[in-house]
Amino acid sequence: MNAREHLNLSPDSAAVRRVPTGPARRGPSGIEPARLTAGQPGTARGEVHRQQGRVVIDARGVYYKTLNEQIREEIEQGAREIVLENVIGQRYIGTGLAYRGVTVIVNGVPGNDLAAFMNGPTLIVNDNAQDGVANTMNSGLVIINGDAGDVLGYGMRGGSVYVRGSVGYRVGIHMKAFGDSRPLIVIGGHARDFLGEYMAGGEVMVLGLGPNDDPIVGSYIGTGMHAGVMYIRGTVAPHQLGKEVRHQEPGPEDQARIREIIHDYCQVMNISEAEVLARPFVKIYPYTSRPYGRLYAY
Amino acid sequence: MAYTTFLPPEFRVVIDKEACLQCGRCVQQCGWNVYTWDETEQRPRPDHSKCSACHRCVTFCPGGAITVKRNDLTFKGSDSMSPELVKAIWKQAETGGVLLTGMGNDKPYLRIFDHLLLDACQVTNPSIDPLREPMEMRTFLGRKPDYLEVVPAAAGSRAAGPKSKYRLVTELDRQLQLETPIMFGGMSYGSVSLNVHRALAMAAVELGTFMNTGEGGLHADLEPYQDHIIVQCASGRFGVDTSYLQAGAAVEIKIGQGAKPGIGGHLPGEKIDYQVSITRMIPQGTDALSPAPHHDIYSIEDLRQLIYALKEATGYKPISVKIAAVHNVAAIASGVVRAGADIIYLDGFRGGTGASPTIIRDHVGLPIEIAVATVDQRLRDEGIRNRASIVAAGGIRSSADVVKAIALGADACAIGTAALVALGCHVCQKCHTGCCSWGICTQRPELTRRLDPEWGAAQLINLVHAWTHEIAEVLGALGVNAIESLRGSRERLRGLGLDQTVLDILGVKAAGL
Repeated sequence: MNAREHLNLSPDSAAVRRVPTGPARRGPSGIEPARLTAGQPGTARGEVHRQQGRVVIDARGVYYKTLNEQIREEIEQGAREIVLENVIGQRYIGTGLAYRGVTVIVNGVPGNDLAAFMNGPTLIVNDNAQDGVANTMNSGLVIINGDAGDVLGYGMRGGSVYVRGSVGYRVGIHMKAFGDSRPLIVIGGHARDFLGEYMAGGEVMVLGLGPNDDPIVGSYIGTGMHAGVMYIRGTVAPHQLGKEVRHQEPGPEDQARIREIIHDYCQVMNISEAEVLARPFVKIYPYTSRPYGRLYAY
Repeated sequence: MAYTTFLPPEFRVVIDKEACLQCGRCVQQCGWNVYTWDETEQRPRPDHSKCSACHRCVTFCPGGAITVKRNDLTFKGSDSMSPELVKAIWKQAETGGVLLTGMGNDKPYLRIFDHLLLDACQVTNPSIDPLREPMEMRTFLGRKPDYLEVVPAAAGSRAAGPKSKYRLVTELDRQLQLETPIMFGGMSYGSVSLNVHRALAMAAVELGTFMNTGEGGLHADLEPYQDHIIVQCASGRFGVDTSYLQAGAAVEIKIGQGAKPGIGGHLPGEKIDYQVSITRMIPQGTDALSPAPHHDIYSIEDLRQLIYALKEATGYKPISVKIAAVHNVAAIASGVVRAGADIIYLDGFRGGTGASPTIIRDHVGLPIEIAVATVDQRLRDEGIRNRASIVAAGGIRSSADVVKAIALGADACAIGTAALVALGCHVCQKCHTGCCSWGICTQRPELTRRLDPEWGAAQLINLVHAWTHEIAEVLGALGVNAIESLRGSRERLRGLGLDQTVLDILGVKAAGL
């Protein structure tokens, strides 16, 4: 499944360049310096099965650098769908990948910085993800069919991240929109403190689905926020909000946008749209685009 | 009873009426709108309170009629409550704001560079004449291996080379090759004008060194120079995408800046015009806020994560980490190197800035001399000095400072303020106002067009060439023929007028010993 095509999301205009694959470097006794310093030697490559445009790589016991090299090599050789089996904590999957129309499916739990700086591809994780998902992501689609950790979407400029479960602390910090790029994070479950801190554009939605009794969002929501918007399904107490944001009932335009986001999300996650829309949303927005404009004496 | 302000003008603009040609050029040249044209008398009238002593009008007055003088109002005077402090209190009482300033720390702290003296050869150890003998100024920045592995080469194989019987097995990490140990420090497009960036980039290519984008993205016009550009990734992530990361010769993670350690950046919306907006990839007119910390870096392990993310995204280019010189800089630097940084960029407290709260600029941080000496020593003690190169910046004012910094342990130096001075900066410390009459620290098109990038590049090339020649002269006098023979060679330094504690920290003997 290519969820990006499935959703008919318009590709953005950012230039996509080929990522050079670094030469395989050997240090003393044939071990790469990067491996030595990481304390994780091992040069085994994952077993690969190719079937037309579809490639399956067995990631069991494969060091992250090798795995990511293999992913790039396969894409450069024409793979359009890559399935990674038995992933256990390999970092940087999809990091810096700048190929549009490519889908990477991760079976297992990927390591930190999944899809960091990613520009274009669709990345689907059929498990939980760890910290730093979509760090400074530029475009593309990330779908997490489980929970995700802290600092998801830091400095994210475009593309979408859909999380089925809950996320940790500091999610959506300093997200920003520019031109046609408007980043979107939709969290099916709950979010912890500092959601959308310093947010400078884009959209964050938290649905609070599931049996969890936790508050839908934590505290200090939108501290320093100066652009963009958050939609929270349910209620938010004033003490949970940062001092730079206000909350209100969504207007008609917001309602339309909420329905649009929910429609796409529910289609991907295969859940009932009506059920999600049954509870009202609250809109959180910054009261000024210049929160620190009067702080200084010139 | 209300006063407009207690603050007297800092300067007085004096126009010699006889010399004044009444041409009005001063009115046109001043970015701060000091002058208004008096229609009845047909001559300029200055508003002294707006003058910043940048000398734009002085330089361009065809009659040579203008001088700028300090406004020598006599205060009763108090060593403790100086006129500067009194005026600062008035300003804050009137505005309620945090005092802002530009450039670097201007307070009279001990300038250690000025208390270090270099050695020279006499009689028993010959000096070298750099005019007639080769002097190696090339420097490589990046991680060096712990050791090299060589194996016997098969006879006649190409890898062995014509004479060698051995072949190098160890593959080296990528390095930055500098033809002179001077590079340009990070100054963002947004704080400085695009023409400044163009001049720096052109000069970097010509000089075989590097300019640094700062945290403002890389304008499309600079792509031809990208092999000589270090791109910066800071907490605001402005302009950072895959193309940007792949464009640079190296990527620098900016953790801190010497002029404002521990605080973030704040480019006001007024400076975000269309070109800055597309380069930073943020909407026009919005404030560009760089958070104080990277919110994804709370530990050395997190820093390591970002370093390797950037390596993964760039095909393993060298990654530099820029930190401000602060109290525990040696321990921090050790962590940064262990996190995988290929270059550690140390920024001393005299480093410049486009805008910083005055309290931070003037009271936070350490001199670069202390930072370089302690970091170099710490990395040597821990046996990891080879893993990263040290760049010294933040207070490098002359070629002598470059030589002394290298003797204290730096691999290379970076200049920011000195480079801007070469472009016409008069160090008026008003960078934060965005009114720079010299077209350097402003985005107003009528001002930025004053700086011709090709002229600017020529100025920078001249400066760095001159400094490089001076460094070669000093190396010759020291009797060494390569810049790397000087690195960490503290035995060639002596301290004059420094106390024993400072000498011990620097690892330098007192003059006479």
